[in-house]
Amino acid sequence: MVLVKIIIILGVILLVVAYLTYLERKVIAHLQVRIGPMRVGWHGLLQPIADGLKLLVKEDIIPEKADKWVFILSPIICLVPAFVVYAVIPFSQHFYLANINIGILYIISISALGVYGIVLAGWSSNSKYALLGGFRSAAQMISYEIFLGFSIIGPLMLAGSLNTLKIVEAQSGVWFIIYQPLAFALYLIAGIAETNRIPFDLPEAETELVAGFHTEYSGMKFAFFFLAEYANMMVVSSMAVILFLGGWKGPFLPGIVWFAIKVGAFLFLFIWLRGTLPRYRYDQLMRIGWKIMFPLCLLNIALTGIIYYLFL
Amino acid sequence: MDTSLSLFGDYQVIHNYLPILVFIIFAFAFAIGTLIFSYLVRPNKPDPEKLSPYECGIPPMMDARERFSIRFFIIAMLFLLFDVEVVFLYPWAVVYNKIGLYGFVEMMLFIAILLVGYIYAWRKGALEWE
Repeated sequence: MVLVKIIIILGVILLVVAYLTYLERKVIAHLQVRIGPMRVGWHGLLQPIADGLKLLVKEDIIPEKADKWVFILSPIICLVPAFVVYAVIPFSQHFYLANINIGILYIISISALGVYGIVLAGWSSNSKYALLGGFRSAAQMISYEIFLGFSIIGPLMLAGSLNTLKIVEAQSGVWFIIYQPLAFALYLIAGIAETNRIPFDLPEAETELVAGFHTEYSGMKFAFFFLAEYANMMVVSSMAVILFLGGWKGPFLPGIVWFAIKVGAFLFLFIWLRGTLPRYRYDQLMRIGWKIMFPLCLLNIALTGIIYYLFL
Repeated sequence: MDTSLSLFGDYQVIHNYLPILVFIIFAFAFAIGTLIFSYLVRPNKPDPEKLSPYECGIPPMMDARERFSIRFFIIAMLFLLFDVEVVFLYPWAVVYNKIGLYGFVEMMLFIAILLVGYIYAWRKGALEWE
């Protein structure tokens, strides 16, 4: 039973990530009045499969001065945590892999491991662009991880549990986004920065850093970084749905459909932002994080504490 | 009797984590298996130009692992400081509905002490990025 569930979850992640890249290309194309991929299959529907096959059979280059084993290991270090996080995400009331009482803590800690892969990739490539991209990425991700951690304290205080199932059950009446609008906004900004997406995609700012930490990567190893980034986008979206939007709860339709709709809305938001916003400068990124978001996070915790004590 | 109960409790905890362990093994197997498969089917024709690190077309100037800006190190230290604070907040948040006003005041004092450090870091310019 566990093995079947694992294979289903892994398969669904791979399929959704593949079609997320297709969706991203299509949506951005239409936002920019283009048509996007059209050649492979009906309206380009087989494009992700063609891309995957192409990456699988592409030559894999390891630069001569690179640290060979670290170079090979870092995409794996990046990818495995991005998959393993899904173990505690409840896709519906009955479909989840593990029901542990520290679910949210598990998600935060495991997804934080991905930053090792990025730093080691930048370091081992022995390329200046990759090294700079790796450092930037590390500084950005560890900074915004703090704000991500602070912003979800509010919903956790209301739920009184770290168990993902109990948090969703606690939202049977009112979704936490109603009680915690500030926390939701802070979480969303931190989540976008944490996944290195526009407007916070400094680690791979094409105009200055070529491709950031994965400049030297090609073939399947490059695909691993890509997979990890998109899987992490889905994790951030799923966590937002669990913590703020009532998880699988909703009328008429079965839980898993509601969960998919809510996560899909977040993924569309990610793509929409990419098609709309310019990129921040690095000093702006750090200022927003440390000087604006951090005080607001603490304010949210204090306010939640006071209001909870007075009214609930 | 007492020990057997606690043993049973421990077994329950491990039982909950077992699927995660299996999942980790599967994820590693997927990653390594895919790499091995691609190793078997892909071409491999290295040449010196291809293997040199990318530097916009010119030959690489020197080793890339040079000194880097101290700012990154300061951010890492701030991360240690404040991430530990977050870790303290999690258990507090979970039991908040049981500890009431006393717990709230205690945590606000704890945050106030850390806020002093935050203001100090700000005044010292640790949060600036020129």
